[in-house]
Amino acid sequence: MKYIDEFRDGEVAKTLALKIARLAQPERSYSFMEFCGGHTHAISRYGLSDLLPPNVRMVHGPGCPVCVLPIGRIDMAIDLALKQGVILCTYGDTLRVPASEGLSLMKAKARGGDIRMVYSTLDALQIARDNPEREVVFFAIGFETTTPPTALAILQAHQEQLSNFSVLCCHVLTPAAISQILESPEVRQWGTVPIDGFIGPAHVSTVIGSRPYEFFAEEYRKPVVIAGFEPLDVMQAILMLVKQVNEGRAEVENEFARAVSRDGNQKAQDRVAEVFELRREFEWRGLAVVPYSALMIREKYGSFDAERRFKMDYQSVPDNKACECGAILRGVKRPQDCKIFGTVCTPENPVGSCMVSSEGACAAHYSYGRYKDMTP
Amino acid sequence: MCLALPVKVIEVGCGPAGDWAIVDLGGVKKEISLALLDDVQVGDYVILHVGYALSKLDPQEAERTLALFSEMAESVAAAS
Ligand code: SF4
Repeated sequence: MKYIDEFRDGEVAKTLALKIARLAQPERSYSFMEFCGGHTHAISRYGLSDLLPPNVRMVHGPGCPVCVLPIGRIDMAIDLALKQGVILCTYGDTLRVPASEGLSLMKAKARGGDIRMVYSTLDALQIARDNPEREVVFFAIGFETTTPPTALAILQAHQEQLSNFSVLCCHVLTPAAISQILESPEVRQWGTVPIDGFIGPAHVSTVIGSRPYEFFAEEYRKPVVIAGFEPLDVMQAILMLVKQVNEGRAEVENEFARAVSRDGNQKAQDRVAEVFELRREFEWRGLAVVPYSALMIREKYGSFDAERRFKMDYQSVPDNKACECGAILRGVKRPQDCKIFGTVCTPENPVGSCMVSSEGACAAHYSYGRYKDMTP
Repeated sequence: MCLALPVKVIEVGCGPAGDWAIVDLGGVKKEISLALLDDVQVGDYVILHVGYALSKLDPQEAERTLALFSEMAESVAAAS
């Protein structure tokens, strides 16, 4: 397909690799965190790490919305389906995330919960229109890419006075997560890896633009290169990061200029601002409670807020003890460092959330990288 | 979850409120919403995510990025 295939050319990837190898100074080491799961997926799928010189290391960051969703939030969705009898609409990715008591949304569905996978908020609205006698809740997860569609759904429901529709809002903010990685008290517990730069989000940036990352570059002296999700985009971004490090620069550069501008999509931002406000705090899986890192529905649209409508309180639930997702999301450990990786925890039977979506570090490594771990 | 695709717009102005479009997804036709984006025309490429167009794809910028790769291929070849 156009604008995809041209960015997957293997020969060009090798040229880029050669260039990176030439530029990377042998006496120093470079660690770059790719924030998005889309980049993690591309790196594993196309074996990009193998193309890089040994002193250039990619660290997988927390940028997969499924991976950072804490157990307590999935418990709330299951509760709505099983105890409140609502029709729960969800993106397919959340279905297999392990929740409390050995449950997941999929297992809750087998127990009789009316849980329906939707592709878009447009589908969730239609289900609400078609079932006026039932309560319909959309389980809204995701970063800044999926937030505007949720905002539009709420505005549409408001306009149509669709009184049986509400949203369990779990939308989180990318810049807050990056700050948390760079300066959090948990660094003492988990340790931290020195990160020399970030590959910035692709599609998140189509919405918020590249401007929000300028703060990091200035405040933390870390270069950020916004990059697309195709393999050549990622390789080019690594090259640009190596250059910045060599030259002692810490700027925001945009490799994905074909879809991202400095200011992003203003119309989408306006809709989000109309419907949502900052949540004072939100628990992330693996990053603990991060202040002002998520969104909640404004008072004006409070009747569409499932937490208000069903008077729910969030209860934090600790992760499975064996699971190393917390350390993996911070880049401190790699999937193969987890004792139950690939044995007890597999994509068919995930224990932690990093094994659920194909953008999670564990699932990506399981699917594409694990044979390399075998010693010959 | 965050994966989104560049798709070609082949029809605009459809749907109940006139803000839907039909796109070509590698040969498959699909209805999407343009409610988050202004001035989309037939022939444009947009980034599609969970049923909504999030941004337009700028063909000139795409060419520029590709040109950067080929320039680099030449410079590497020249240097080796
Ligand atoms: S392998 Fe499974 S249990 Fe271990 S860190 Fe990854 S997701 Fe968690």
